Amino acid sequence: MSEPILIKDAVCSFCGCLCDDIDVEVAGSRIQRVKHACRLGSSKIMGHERMQNPMIRKNGELVATSFQEAYDRAAQILLAANEPLLYGWACTSCEAHKKGILLAEEVGGVIDSTATVCHGPSVIGIEEKGLPGATLGQVKNRADTIVFWGCNPAEAHPRHFLRYSSNSSGRFTPQGRDGRKVVVVDVRETRTAKNADKFFRINPGSDYEVISALRMLIAGKGESIPEEVGGVLKADLADLADVLKSARFGALFFGLGITHSRGRYKNIDNALSLVAELNQYSKFVIMPMRGHYNVGGIGQTLAWSSGYPMSVDYTRGAPYFNPGETAACDLLARRDADAALVIAADAGSNFPRAIVEALAEIPVIQIDPYENPTTLLSDVVIPCAIAGVEVEGTAYRMDGLALRLRKMVDCSLPSDEEILTHILESVQKQRGSMSTKEA
Amino acid sequence: MLATMISGRTLAQGAGCESKMSPDFFKAAAICHLSERDFKSMQLEEGKNVLLKNEFGQVVLAARADAGLPEKMVFIPMGPWANILVGKETGGCGTPHFKGLMVEVEATDSPVLSIRELFSKRDRAYV
Amino acid sequence: MIIKGGMVYDPANGIYGEEMDLCIDKGKIAEDGKGEVIDARGLLVMPGGVDAHSHIAGKKVNTGRIMRPDDSRLGTEARTAICRPSTGYTVPNCYAIGYRYARMGYTTVFEAASPILEARHTHEELEAIPIIDKGALTLFGNNWQVMECVRDRDISKLAAYVAWALRAARGYGVKIVNPGGGEAWGFGSNVKGINDPVPGFDVTPGEIIKALAEANEMLRLPHSIHVHFNNTGKPGNYTTALETLDLLKDIKPSRMRQVVHVTHMQFSAYGGTGWRDFESKAPIIADYFNAHDHATMDMGQLLFGSATTMTADAPLEYGNARLTHNKWSNHDIELEEASGVVPMIYSKKVLTNAVQWAIGLELALLVKDPWKILMTTDNPNGSPFVNYPEVITLLMSQPKREAEMATLHDQLPKRTTLAEIQREMDWTDIAIMTRAASARILGMQDKGHLGPGADADITIYNLKVDEVDTSKDHALVKKALSSAKYTIKGGVVVSKEGQIQATPPGRTFWVDAGVPKEDSDRLMADIEEKFARYYSVQLSNYAVQDAYLPHAKVIKAGLSVPLQEVA
Repeated sequence: MSEPILIKDAVCSFCGCLCDDIDVEVAGSRIQRVKHACRLGSSKIMGHERMQNPMIRKNGELVATSFQEAYDRAAQILLAANEPLLYGWACTSCEAHKKGILLAEEVGGVIDSTATVCHGPSVIGIEEKGLPGATLGQVKNRADTIVFWGCNPAEAHPRHFLRYSSNSSGRFTPQGRDGRKVVVVDVRETRTAKNADKFFRINPGSDYEVISALRMLIAGKGESIPEEVGGVLKADLADLADVLKSARFGALFFGLGITHSRGRYKNIDNALSLVAELNQYSKFVIMPMRGHYNVGGIGQTLAWSSGYPMSVDYTRGAPYFNPGETAACDLLARRDADAALVIAADAGSNFPRAIVEALAEIPVIQIDPYENPTTLLSDVVIPCAIAGVEVEGTAYRMDGLALRLRKMVDCSLPSDEEILTHILESVQKQRGSMSTKEA
Repeated sequence: MLATMISGRTLAQGAGCESKMSPDFFKAAAICHLSERDFKSMQLEEGKNVLLKNEFGQVVLAARADAGLPEKMVFIPMGPWANILVGKETGGCGTPHFKGLMVEVEATDSPVLSIRELFSKRDRAYV
Repeated sequence: MIIKGGMVYDPANGIYGEEMDLCIDKGKIAEDGKGEVIDARGLLVMPGGVDAHSHIAGKKVNTGRIMRPDDSRLGTEARTAICRPSTGYTVPNCYAIGYRYARMGYTTVFEAASPILEARHTHEELEAIPIIDKGALTLFGNNWQVMECVRDRDISKLAAYVAWALRAARGYGVKIVNPGGGEAWGFGSNVKGINDPVPGFDVTPGEIIKALAEANEMLRLPHSIHVHFNNTGKPGNYTTALETLDLLKDIKPSRMRQVVHVTHMQFSAYGGTGWRDFESKAPIIADYFNAHDHATMDMGQLLFGSATTMTADAPLEYGNARLTHNKWSNHDIELEEASGVVPMIYSKKVLTNAVQWAIGLELALLVKDPWKILMTTDNPNGSPFVNYPEVITLLMSQPKREAEMATLHDQLPKRTTLAEIQREMDWTDIAIMTRAASARILGMQDKGHLGPGADADITIYNLKVDEVDTSKDHALVKKALSSAKYTIKGGVVVSKEGQIQATPPGRTFWVDAGVPKEDSDRLMADIEEKFARYYSVQLSNYAVQDAYLPHAKVIKAGLSVPLQEVA
């Protein structure tokens, strides 16, 4: 066995924290040890049992096939469809995203990311109100007041506290956690709430009212607020309003607790308005806790390529955007999507059951390293190299910072980018021979 | 009992999300947390299951107690079991309503389906 | 390729409307040529347009897109065999930016403001923009390392930092925006003027600007410092403009160019004490530029209609949002900068907007030497770049200005002298303000002119120079400028009669400056400490990697390299 190589400062490709201080020991072309990463990142980098061969479904069973056959069958499926959905993207690099967008344009499909089951409502809120934000280092260096609303970083972004937020220290925050007020708002007491100075338990689905009450209190219009809002006493809300108003630098981190609950994008609209208004009294920023490590990246890449960050419909040749109509779940719920390419995401697991059943009715192409429920629904399965571990590329952190993922070990499987390129080539070839047939 | 269902991330679910067909993921995601009070009042204990039902479907999950949950609230890690209870409407914004749904919860002796069983076409009983 | 018989305007080489042939060989202007012949007899021919200040790529541009799906719905064009789809008006997608500039005859465009930490993103977008050559100016004015060097009066360390950061960001030049104010905005405040100390750093904005100018000249960078003044957008701010300009008048330029380029001067030529008595101070500013040679500027012309304001002047953006009750994005960048994005609509019936519109034109018309002032709209802050032909025709036609003024707020004549100005620019002036001067100001040797060895970037407009009266036929002129008959980039016809013909990738220019090792070593100690204690990323992951510039054009500068003068 050869000498172990130490890769320093690798970027973790699991969650939106995109920690870039990971040390990875590689020996004999395999990853032996991961240091500094949390349980989620270590698990990702150490790897799991994975698919080795492309497969095509024949008579109900997935059978091994060649890569080229898989590419050709995938291309055939996409070409035959009227409204193919190209979904996922959150767990692969921007280099793959660019090819995916090209493919969506080429086949006249709809390209959408996992954002539409995650922070899609945040995107819509931002379209209404803008995003008063900052990079994570601003929070680290300046924030004396931090609010976690409807998110649970202790379980979803484990190193967030220490690297960027409540437990970090910086130039104007040398005392770290001791110099901060940490507030957690949630419907249940999570592990994150245990790190709080003050925990507000609110009733499920009442985020909108609670935020509205806060806004009124902050604006000095608290008289008309009832004694209890969303399960929280008015006096407690008034205290919270004071804490927020007297912050030197406040940061509000929020998650799926408010994007997934009653109100959805309206909750975010309200939270964005709250933070914008707080800036009249204190310096305040807000940031969505992006779940997957590169859901931010597909949003950025799609936006500069098409003008929109998600749910982009290319069926008419020019980009069209209307979440509620063009999002993945909408297309499947209405049974408008008649084929799907699922890449770097597990729609089978993460969509509502009825929508998964709609997915099961149409031809599905999966590009993924790992077998998962989407595999069980797929008609073409193409295993790929893992971006961020076996393939270099670009990813965007939850605050919009772009970093370059390392290649730590080799892999004989093609990258997502390569696979998409081959499918594109097959599409162009088949389309070329289709038109000569017609001629 | 009638409860509010929340689905979301956990460390164990996240650590297993790239090995979804594994026993570890099954243990991490095919579970339902209830408040300690509800857990007791339904006479549940480690190893027992609960049946959750709403207008969208029904699913059997392994029951767990969680001190952080208020009464009449259940928490299910995100994944294919939780999503049986989530409807397809997106409120005109593209995003389904994953948190805050009402479910009926009762103790049950039925087994928890494995992930492959969830996706086997024969099993139409689930919707 | 040979372009025959065009009426060529190449002011950098003393050619002011001469009928001549142009030859192209291997993408460069040559003495002889062969191959395709383009008949340009009598038609207006200029070097390809060079835009020295435009917001075309990077985080804030993309934020503009994401927060404005309403804007992306405009200007939609479906995919063709040659072109990717286009969307957007004030915040177009990357493909639209390349195609639309090319259609207008522009071949080189500079992103006005890129933060170092987020330069990777800037380059991803620049690389996606087809056809045009480009570069990005790197932001330095609110940077902790910069302010500490200024506080310590350590100009050689500052120069080492500028060189290091330009390399890390693959940037072209030094951009300074509301110096010190961006740092104050980190806690929600701003600076009030060039002598107002920056909280927490013991330096003033004036000291920051002056030190960066000294470092810039020490490094002999192709471009001078490029400055967005403190107090931009505030009534009465013309005094800040003059004070800042005066700070720099004794600095010796290291090249044949200005010592400071002021951007979007219009937004800093304001009199009055508030919006009620708001008025133009363009004449005073123009007088200053006429009397001094150390400074150049670009107009930052405002046009009526939709715009998206986006700038590193974050407090200004917050102010815009509050004033107009509009959606507001803010993005502060650790240790380095701030920024904001706010949609805007400029209205003829709003007196302030009418005065702003007049100021940009006044500045250009009152500055005697067109080499000192560039035609820009601070795209998309004043107006989207597709409206450049509107600005040009306003400069060339007094009747057009008069007709426009007749539709504006009736108090306008009391606030500006524009109505009194009879000057009409000619093609030489325009060629200077949109090509020759921009290239010279940027320090680009092979752009903005048509001498042998220059890049074969050429625009042929569908205008018979001898037959068109640019004063009377302004509508015709505007139409012709909007859609070049031919746009040639590097010897390739990229656009013809408004149709894109080819989409070769452009090159990204960046400056690699050398500094003495001992200054670099002293600097690295500081930098390592900053990454260990303050940055949220590792030093080893910070700089832009080669992969992001597959079409780089490196310009050498600095203390250890012999240089060619830019004539």
